[in-house]
Amino acid sequence: MPRVAFTTHLRRHLDLGGSDIEVSGATVREVLEAVFRTRPRLRGYVLEDTGALRRHMVIFIDNDQIQDRDRLGDPVPAGATVHVLQALSGGR
Amino acid sequence: MSDRILLGTRKGLFAVERRGERRWEIGDARFLGSPVNLTLTDLRDGAVYAALDHGHFGAKLQRSRDGGQSFEEIAMPCFAEAEEASVKAIWSLSAGSGAQPGRLYAGTIPGALFISDDHGDSWSLVRSLWDHPTREKWFGGGTDLPALHSILVDPRDDRHLWIALSCAGVWETRDGGESWENIGEGLRAEYMPPEMTESPLVQDPHMLVSCRAAPDSLWMQHHNGVFRSSDGGRRWQECTRVDPSAFGFAIAVDPDDPRVAWTVPGVKDECRVAVDAALCVSRTLDGGEGWQALREGLPQRHAYDIVFRHALDVSADGRRLAFGTSTGSVYVSEDRGESWMAVGEHLPQVYSVAFG
Repeated sequence: MPRVAFTTHLRRHLDLGGSDIEVSGATVREVLEAVFRTRPRLRGYVLEDTGALRRHMVIFIDNDQIQDRDRLGDPVPAGATVHVLQALSGGR
Repeated sequence: MSDRILLGTRKGLFAVERRGERRWEIGDARFLGSPVNLTLTDLRDGAVYAALDHGHFGAKLQRSRDGGQSFEEIAMPCFAEAEEASVKAIWSLSAGSGAQPGRLYAGTIPGALFISDDHGDSWSLVRSLWDHPTREKWFGGGTDLPALHSILVDPRDDRHLWIALSCAGVWETRDGGESWENIGEGLRAEYMPPEMTESPLVQDPHMLVSCRAAPDSLWMQHHNGVFRSSDGGRRWQECTRVDPSAFGFAIAVDPDDPRVAWTVPGVKDECRVAVDAALCVSRTLDGGEGWQALREGLPQRHAYDIVFRHALDVSADGRRLAFGTSTGSVYVSEDRGESWMAVGEHLPQVYSVAFG
């Protein structure tokens, strides 16, 4: 099953537990929605109201940055790690 | 409520407490590192709301039920996914009347208005405004999208509200938000083609305030001037003698005397710094005919401060004022602006100032 790893900066605001989160899903969208089902507040930290990835967030599947930031349709191989990180462009 | 000032800044929320005559003390930061756009203290129950902007993680809303000692994150006003729009920031917060416990209003970038009836635990979009057929003509002023920065609830009738947007002018509802009218005869938009300068829809009010004791007396700091209305915003008169400049963002009106108002002037829109590098507050005592630049206690050399639209406030008794600036300086007056004292000079850039 894929694993999801969130930037440690999110832990300032939300309780995400101590380790990566294992969920089922074949696309980035499916994987994230599986995580959000048990952590609904997390959704607004990662996605815009439209469901697209927030402008200053970035997602990698293993070492590859995703291409579909709007629909999050990039396929996620079984066993891959999905990294949800802050983009440096958003630094203030 | 005049002994505490809440500062929303680029790097957190600060409470400033009065410890005696002309002695104010800054407390430790809350949400250190996170921009706080503005705050609302709900006088009906003492709850404090803080609108944050986490940048990467988006805008968030926090509520305190113990006077600001501790906060909890509450629901953010947001769009349903099908709307294809996102709330970028909360740009105004107001409370309903005493007959509407739990009623809150949130104005946002991209210019949507949301209502809560449960102290912010949930929000609903005011569709009558969001779906207004003129919306396609609205535009951003200083932001990419329209910004709803002022929400005024008429103390005589809680179904009567005024709102103001950069840039979509002033809007009024008399039926609790079911319908809206764009008002503003006499306003002037220098930045538009000549035949459009007087259209109420294209106006850029930077800030709109109302006198509590005379609610139909409205004051506006506009992009290209200061304006006053005595008929609830239907007709406006321009103040042509604001000293030293009619440009600025913030404005405050005396809660009991509609003739008294304060602004913090800047040079002009192409040069947003204090006039002559000398910070001052401009005050009128006669309804905008005459203005006086008040400088005692404010820096008069190498001062390039500008005061953002939410960063000037007057206390409920009209005696004290406070403002915070783009350089992280905060000034308080205890004599209606005659003299000022610096409370802090190395704070983060100040976005909002509110007594309470």
